[in-house]
Parts: sequence; C-alpha cells; structure tokens
Amino acid sequence: MKLVSKLAYITIAILLLVACSGSNTEESNGTAKGNKSETLNQDEVIKIAMSTEVDNLDPYISAATDTQSMMDNVFDGLLDTDETGKLIPAIAESYEISDDGLTYTFTLKEGVTFHNGSDLTAEDVIYSYERLSGLNGEEPLSSQFEMIEKIEAPSDYEVVITLKEKNSAFLAANIRPILPADYEEQSTNPIGAGPFKFKEYQVGQKLTLVRNEEYYDQQNIPEISEVQFIVMPDPEAAVLAMKSGEIDIIPGITPQGLLQLGDSVNTVSGPQNMVQLMALNHDVEPLNDVRVRQAINLAINKDIIIETVADGKGTKLGSNFSPAMDFYYEAGLEDVYAPNIEEAKSLLQEAGVPDGFPLELTVPSDYSFHVDTAQVIVEQLSQIGIEVNIKPIEFSSWLETVYQNAQYEATVVSFTGKLDPYEILVRYVSDYRSNFVNYDNKNYDELIKKAIAATDMEEMAGYYKEAQRLLTEDAASVYIMDPDRTIAMRSDLEGLKMYPIQKFNLEDLKITNQ
Amino acid sequence: MRYFLYKLSSFITTIIIVSIMIFFVFQLLPGNPAQIILGIDADPHQVAQLEKQLGLDRSPVERYMDWVAGVLQGDLGESLRYQLPVSDIVIDRIPVTASLAILSLFFTVVIGVPLGIFIARSDGKWISIFLNVLTQLGISIPSFWFGFILILIFGVTLQLFPTYGYVPWSEDFLGALRSFFLPSFAIAIGNIAIVIRYLRNTILDQSKMDYVRTARVKGLKERSILYGHILRNSLIPVLTIMGLLIADTLGGSIIIENVFSLPGLGNLLIQSITSRDFPLVQSMVLYIAIIVLLINFIVDMLYKVIDPRIRLKG
Repeated sequence: MKLVSKLAYITIAILLLVACSGSNTEESNGTAKGNKSETLNQDEVIKIAMSTEVDNLDPYISAATDTQSMMDNVFDGLLDTDETGKLIPAIAESYEISDDGLTYTFTLKEGVTFHNGSDLTAEDVIYSYERLSGLNGEEPLSSQFEMIEKIEAPSDYEVVITLKEKNSAFLAANIRPILPADYEEQSTNPIGAGPFKFKEYQVGQKLTLVRNEEYYDQQNIPEISEVQFIVMPDPEAAVLAMKSGEIDIIPGITPQGLLQLGDSVNTVSGPQNMVQLMALNHDVEPLNDVRVRQAINLAINKDIIIETVADGKGTKLGSNFSPAMDFYYEAGLEDVYAPNIEEAKSLLQEAGVPDGFPLELTVPSDYSFHVDTAQVIVEQLSQIGIEVNIKPIEFSSWLETVYQNAQYEATVVSFTGKLDPYEILVRYVSDYRSNFVNYDNKNYDELIKKAIAATDMEEMAGYYKEAQRLLTEDAASVYIMDPDRTIAMRSDLEGLKMYPIQKFNLEDLKITNQ
Repeated sequence: MRYFLYKLSSFITTIIIVSIMIFFVFQLLPGNPAQIILGIDADPHQVAQLEKQLGLDRSPVERYMDWVAGVLQGDLGESLRYQLPVSDIVIDRIPVTASLAILSLFFTVVIGVPLGIFIARSDGKWISIFLNVLTQLGISIPSFWFGFILILIFGVTLQLFPTYGYVPWSEDFLGALRSFFLPSFAIAIGNIAIVIRYLRNTILDQSKMDYVRTARVKGLKERSILYGHILRNSLIPVLTIMGLLIADTLGGSIIIENVFSLPGLGNLLIQSITSRDFPLVQSMVLYIAIIVLLINFIVDMLYKVIDPRIRLKG
C-alpha cells in the first residue's frame, strides 16, 4: 500500500507542476489569445498549418505540391506569375523571343543576390537549367526543359536559350527556381533568391523561414519577419489549434472547419485552376459511343454536386479548363449539357442501350471530396438506368491502375492547375503518354499542334479555345467543377491572394492594427 | 536456463518469419513507388529510370536477400521519398514514440493498479459499480476521441497544455512533459480501464481460493493477505495484459500522433505506406515487430521472477 500511495502522490505532484508551468510559459510566450494585440507586429512569428510533411527541400527533387508552395517563398525564377496567371518578370528584367520562336533571350536584373550573399548571374541560370534539362549529362529533372537544345551566356546578365522545336509552352516553364551554381546542399540547407530565407527544418514538425532583408525587389519585402509551417496531418487538430491561438493561418480549410471558427477569422477564397472531372475511358464499351457519353453528361446535374459536395463553393465547368485562366478560357461551355433526363434516355436508346448498363466508377478513397462526388453521381445516373458501382482504391494504386495503365471504366479525380494551357490540354492529344481517357480526335491533335507553334498570343488562345469546345462536343468526359480553395487567417491578417498554381505567396501577407 | 534458451529460440524464429512476411506482403501491394514519387505528370521513361535506380526492376527474392543482408549489417536502406538513409529518419522519431509509450504506461500502472485494488476491496458498494461503468466507457471509446476532448478542454478552453507539437526532453524538460502529457493520457485511458477490470476480477477470484482461507485462519491481517498473497498471484495475468498493452500503445500512437501532430513513428508509418516507401515501411514494421516480440520475451522472463514455480512443460 505504501508504494501505491507514494505513486499516487507523485502523480498528483507532477500534474500540478505541469499545469502550473503551463500557464507560466503561455504568458511569457505572448502567444495566448489575450496578449495578441500587445505584441509588436514586426517581431511576430506567423504559424501556418500544413497537412503534409516536406518531401525534399531541393526544389528540383521535390514532387509534393505542398512542399513546392511553401518553398516557393525561398526561391525565385526568371519569371513569376500574378494572380491572373499572367507571367511577370522576376529575376529576369525582360525577355525576347525570336521570330522563328526558337530562341529566347533573357536579360537579368543586376544586383540580385542569393541568401548566401553571392551575386546571381547568367552562370547560375545555366547551371540550374542544365540540371533541369539534363544537359549536364545526367537524367533530365523536368520534361518541360527537355526541349532545350543549348543555353549560352553572352554576358554575365544575359542568357540565350535555343529550343529543339517551337514550343509556346516553354515560357511558362521559366518560373522554376534559379539555384546558385555548384551548390550541393539544397536538400539540407536550401539557398535561393526569394523573399524568405530558409532557417531550419525540424523533420516532421516544422519548417521555419525568415524575411530576406536583402531581397532584390525592395518594394515587395515581406511585412512578416518569420513564418513557421507546422506539420498538422489532422485537419480537426489544426482547427482546434487555431481556436486556441496557436495557429494563425490554415490554407485549404474544410467547410466544417470554417463553420467551427465562425467569424473569428478572416478568409480568402476563390477558384484554384483545378479541374474536377468524371473521366470516362473511351476504350471501354459502351463509353466509346459519343451518344452514351453525352447521355451521361445530360444526366449529371453539376449544380447539385457543387451544392452538396463543395457546400456551394465551386465554379461549374464544361470542359477541361477553369476560368481562373481567363485569357485562354472558352466561356459558355458549362451549360452545353444542361440536365435533361428525357434527352439522355433517348440518346441511350439511339446508342442501343435503352435500359442503361452497369458502370464501374473507380475512386481514389484518400480524397473524400471525390468519394462524395461519386456518391451523388450514382444517384443521378440511376435515373437513366446506369447502375454505377463505386470501387474505392487508394490513390497510390489509382496512379498505377487507372492513370498509368488505364484499367478502369470511369473515375473521379482532379487535375491541379498549370500555368500554361498546353500543359493542361495536352492530356487529350491521342498519342500523349498520359491520355488515360483514350480520347482520339485528329482535329484536336491538330489544334494543339498549331497552338504550340503559334507565336501570336491571340491566335494561340483561339486554338486552345477551339480545343476546349471539341472536348465538350465530343463529351470526352464529364467536367464538373473547379472547387474553391479557402484560406482562413487570424482576424488581424489580410492580403493573401489566390493564384492559378499552387503558390502560397507570403509577400502578400499584411498585419492590420485593428 | 532451458526456459530462457527455449524462449530465445522461438523469439528469433518468429523474427525471421515476420521479416519474410513483411517483405512479401508489401511487394503484393498495388502501386508503383517510382510513379508515386514522380507524380501524375511523370514521363514513362523517367519512371523507368527511377525504377532502375531504386532497384525495383530486380526479382523480389534478390531484393529480399539484399534487404536482409543490409539489415544484418545495420544498413536499413534508403527511403524512396526522402532520399535519406532509413536509420537516420527512424532514429529522429524514436524518442517521440518511446516517450509516449513510457509515459502512457506510467499512467496505466500508477492509476490502473491502485484503482483496480480499490474497486476489488469495495466490491458491491455503489462506488465500485460507478467505477465499473466508467471503465466500460473507457474501454469502448476510441483514444482519438479522448485526444480531441482533452485538446478541447485543456488546450483550447483552459489553455493549460499546448494543442500540438513537441519539445525535445533535452531542450526543456517541463516543456516536453507538457507536450506529451495529453497524448499519452489519451492513449492511457483505455489501458487504465482494462487494467482496472482485469485486476479486480483476478483479485476477486483469488480471494475465494483455499490459501486465502488458510491465511485468515492463521490470523494474518487482511492487509497482509491482500498484498502478500492475493496481489502476488493476481499480478501474473495482469502482467500478460500489460505486455499486450505496450504493443497496443505503439498501435494507438499511430492515431494519437496524428491528432497531436507529433513527429513520431506512427505518423511516419502512415505517410510511408501511402507513398509506397517500401524500405521505410519494411524497416519500421520490422522494428515494431521486434519490440513487440521483445516485450513478450521480457514478460515471459518476468513470470519466473513473480512466480518461480513456472517451468516449461514436458
């Protein structure tokens, strides 16, 4: 009994000790809710919840979108993008494209320095692009750069790039980071020329970045002196942490999370240049019949999906293109297949399947958003006799069976935004490696070929718009929506913008004194 | 000694069987790690190149032999996702999960054993009925739910404990204790309930035994009968349960680490499975299997300490 009661006393003592020490540190940190207004803006650490861990700090090796959007603050490329998807100069001051569309000449800004203090010159650009394109004798790290024939530097601040063939999509590829030449420790201590400097990464816990006082774009020097990206795999935990004042920003918050936080936070939301679609495999009967695909399109009510699955926060689509990239977007396609059950039934009749057919819908189970969408689709397609059977599989398996090997009938998935329409629309070119829908239309192939060779922007946009129209007319798949992304932030923060690519630009973040 | 050798050889055989199972089960999982690493826009020839680089083009048997040879030399291979040696990654995570396990075990013993004895002694009184209901709840409610409730009460409302994250012990002892307190308590609640119920039942069973009556007749005090005789005999089944609970704690930490955003092994395990990071998954599962077997082995050894009569049969 003595031992037992002793242990009990010890436990009580520890409890008291821990609880007391708790309230002390909370006060000294000044992060507790009540003390927030008293802290100085300039010295404040902004904490951002991220759902996944950093995969690799080297921007050329990293493949995870979350990592790229965090580390984008550390690196800058020759060009950058604004919130409308327009390319703007960053490290490059200006660029020129030759009349034959093969030679790109970039003039670099002078006085740009890396975080280690060294000057950024043409030599660094060549080093970076040789790594990306494989011209350094190793495997190419990016297929977008494989089309480079040679890179030259006539002077320290001029880079001339020659392509193997005309490709209008190359320009947008120049947002990739420029890294210091021959620096081999990017994976452990990354160095770039961006607005924030890498401070430290505690594996699985947090990534800390600090403001780069020597940032070349002095007008856009960040207001925030330090940011910490905290790894929080559980979205519910992130919401609770925000409630207790331990997290300041949650990017990509769920509608339920937003409901819990209520008016205590500021939000920014908007389309994210994503295309959620129900892909139909054209190699499978009866989906090879355009009338069947049209019938499916007519039977699916996208408004209901947006209302129920995305809580009304999404933009209806009609083709594989989001209005987030306005310049290339063909408007009006979203209503081509306005829900019409009667017409859908008669199309099925014409196609010789009047009573419908069973359809297997493979869904990546890791994404509840797609699973929910699939469930609404089951209901809607049952109206025209199509018996949909949902087959949930893990995304890792989905990549292999559905995406790589096209062993599926239909699937629900989304494609993330790209900065160039070519990268988005090339998926449907008949001989493209990842044309997993097996779409085959010679006119479409021709249009994309013309677009890539076009040098006039208006002309190029025209081809891309026509390509979108073809996808809709052929009912290549069911294009559902571009779901909104919502960023929740502490009520005294503002300024964050939505970009057409996964970019989380902290230069934009401002603290208000309210 | 014979007992020790027998248990040791079964320990080693099990590890070999487990290692074969781990390796080949993961080979059967669909999903190509190279494709997963390179993502949705990868070129087939980039995928093929990476497969070769990762050694995925060789036969499973060859790779198993390589893996085993590596493990025996202390080389667990390189993680596909992080491109770092597996041992470096795992070593960083061990203190987190170990702290959770030890602290929750501490809570289980310190709270579970006294309460178990107390309930057994007050059997039939209203307090024991009340506590019985509580333990039933403790067993049936999952630990992640307790985790959220603890965060809500102690983190959000009272602000006594942090809602996430961890501080290394070497940096700030009290800070570390604070960060592990809620998560290990969340894991411990279910275990405490199990220990209480088990201990109560065995104590009540033992009290009806003949040797207890003999002791009473001898004129021993109730207290020394309980602690000197009944408890000693009741501890054997409890010890077995404790061994199982430690293994359970490792499993429980997988979910709890996610809830409290702790960078432990469980958290890592989930991530490496979804990214098909085979070298990492295999090594971690092997590590967990060895720990569980080791605990069982220690429990077997402890039986003899508590009750020297335990021998091998036959």
